[in-house]
Amino acid sequence: MTLDLLPIGQRARIVAVDWPRLAQEEAQRLRALGIDVGARVAIAHRGVFAGRDPLAVTVGRMTVALRRMHAMAMEVESD
Amino acid sequence: MTMRRTAALVGNPNAGKSALFNALTGARQKIANYPGVTVERKAGRMTLPSGEPVELTDLPGSYSLHPTSPDEEVTRRVIMGELPGEDSPHVLVVVLDASNLEQHLVFAQEVIALGKPTVVALNMVDLAERDGLVIDPAALQAALGVPVIATVAVRRRGLSELAAAIAVAEERPDEHHRPFTDMAERRLTAHAIAEAAIVSETSRHRLHSKLDRLFLHPWLGPAVLFALLFIVFQAVFAGAKPFADALQGWVDVLTAGVRAAMPPSLARDLVTDGVLAGVGAVVVFLPQIVILFFFILALEASGYMARAAFLMDRMMAGVGLSGRSFIPLLSSFACAVPGIMATRSITDPKDRLTTILIAPMMTCSARLPVYAVIIAAFIPHRDVWHLGAVGIGLQGLVLFCLYVAGIVGAMVVALVLRASVTKGAASGFIMELPKYQMPRLKDLAIGLFQRAWIFLRRAGTIIFTVSVVLWLLLNFPRAEPGRDQVNASLAGHIANGLAVVVRPIGFNRDIALALIPAMAAREVAVSSLATTYAVASNDESETGHALAGQLQKHWSLATALAFLAWFVFAPQCMSTIAVTRRETNGWAWPAFMLAYLFGLAYVAAGITYWSAVALGLG
Repeated sequence: MTLDLLPIGQRARIVAVDWPRLAQEEAQRLRALGIDVGARVAIAHRGVFAGRDPLAVTVGRMTVALRRMHAMAMEVESD
Repeated sequence: MTMRRTAALVGNPNAGKSALFNALTGARQKIANYPGVTVERKAGRMTLPSGEPVELTDLPGSYSLHPTSPDEEVTRRVIMGELPGEDSPHVLVVVLDASNLEQHLVFAQEVIALGKPTVVALNMVDLAERDGLVIDPAALQAALGVPVIATVAVRRRGLSELAAAIAVAEERPDEHHRPFTDMAERRLTAHAIAEAAIVSETSRHRLHSKLDRLFLHPWLGPAVLFALLFIVFQAVFAGAKPFADALQGWVDVLTAGVRAAMPPSLARDLVTDGVLAGVGAVVVFLPQIVILFFFILALEASGYMARAAFLMDRMMAGVGLSGRSFIPLLSSFACAVPGIMATRSITDPKDRLTTILIAPMMTCSARLPVYAVIIAAFIPHRDVWHLGAVGIGLQGLVLFCLYVAGIVGAMVVALVLRASVTKGAASGFIMELPKYQMPRLKDLAIGLFQRAWIFLRRAGTIIFTVSVVLWLLLNFPRAEPGRDQVNASLAGHIANGLAVVVRPIGFNRDIALALIPAMAAREVAVSSLATTYAVASNDESETGHALAGQLQKHWSLATALAFLAWFVFAPQCMSTIAVTRRETNGWAWPAFMLAYLFGLAYVAAGITYWSAVALGLG
């Protein structure tokens, strides 16, 4: 399952990231924010409009907003 | 030359760096740009316990020394001493958010590993304790190998201890560079260090998620956002009025004073009609700018701004921008100058450029006087339809349409720009949503003072110069006695030339003449039309006539509508051009902006005029 499909509130672990799908700077930024393989994440909120984009992802004690296209590059496993 | 000691605050965004900086330096701050880039350089003076001053800089927030934004690039280059003209700071003060320790330790390790004299400020320990998190600074100090001081910047806790640690930081034996570690290793270490330093951990930030549940709610969230926007706009337009009127009153008193003190002469006219009228017309916008920035700074400091960006991201993505562009564009409804200044928070350079280029299309408050006068003169005061007791007025509807025209125009231009001159990979939206916090009045006051000062300085320099130049254009060469000064002046000649160009879109020479001084500030168009028609009519009784009546006499409805359409797009404001030049570091983009906006204005006014004439309104 990819991160964008994770139901709101369910905790999961990122098991693989398809980094080449993301722009290099975005990949770097995500990693700097702790969104990387092994991170424990959950989706806290989804956007308002079409596609419920963007997503608010909690990682550690932080909440990070990212787009669905970023989440689609991340394979997660339910905790 | 004496060697001044320097120190710099480094840390992740949202670590409370600015609050700590304000607490350490007070209001003695210098704001400038780093050379060649539009990243703000904030420097101030702090005092060591010995009384010795230290120059402290507040480096832009960074997640890593591998830059992904202009801000992070500057931070990296300053720390490494690679920025020309900027000495590498002697002491680095790494600021950590105690309640987000694990994340912030990743960057902290990267900085500490450089081996420079470093002190760690474990900031916002009070908020961490509110979240049920107790941290042992001693354990953290042992793990990191550099002094760790617990601080609460907003309560001035730990500040003298921090100053003492900075004072002796350079006396510690030189450290060797530690082995290089990669991000994954640092993250593992960060986890272990945080684990060991956290004494107890109970509930997770409850307040934070409760507020998010409201502010990011699929439909309550946008409702709250629009309610807030409504309040902000109401305050900007209504709240500023008494202050703006008071300022205008002072300008009038000053003008009258100069008139009384000086004998009638060209020099006197230069002071009153040139300097005071021109600079005064812009300075009266200070209250609006202060009120707008009060809300922007307060919403930013509270953490809400990031939520607004989150809510608006999807819509902005539709035209190739991101949620980060929302706030600058919103600010541009008051004035494009602070709006363009606010684009600094946009990390992607192409996103930022696109936002700067479309910001002037948001209907700024200076257009309102122009719209108001024309609408009052030409649009009948009647209701279009009734919803029970509430009538929708035609005048209000036209005003609304003008606002919408600006927004739609901006969106279309953004789409076109993103596909042409600012082409690039669709920019993503990755942004930390910081913790909610009560904004502190002192920090707001410092921020407001800085914004107001930037605005006034511009009024005193650029706008002053432009006003004087315009006055000279309008007054030289001198007309022969009894002849019209405006016609004889250089500006009159320019207007006559300009009239040829704008005649196809229905503008007469009077309008062409009004457009010239309106370059300084849009609303000046109204006063210069008033002057022109006042001068033109020799009949004493007519001079006092309301401008509306004069306009109806001289303009057709088609011309009036075309004039409105022109003002939706025309880049009629020197300050906007000047701030664009500063923010884009060159004349290329302001020139492009000027060209495309004038082009759009011409076409829009033309289409409006021709359609209106075709409909028999000419």
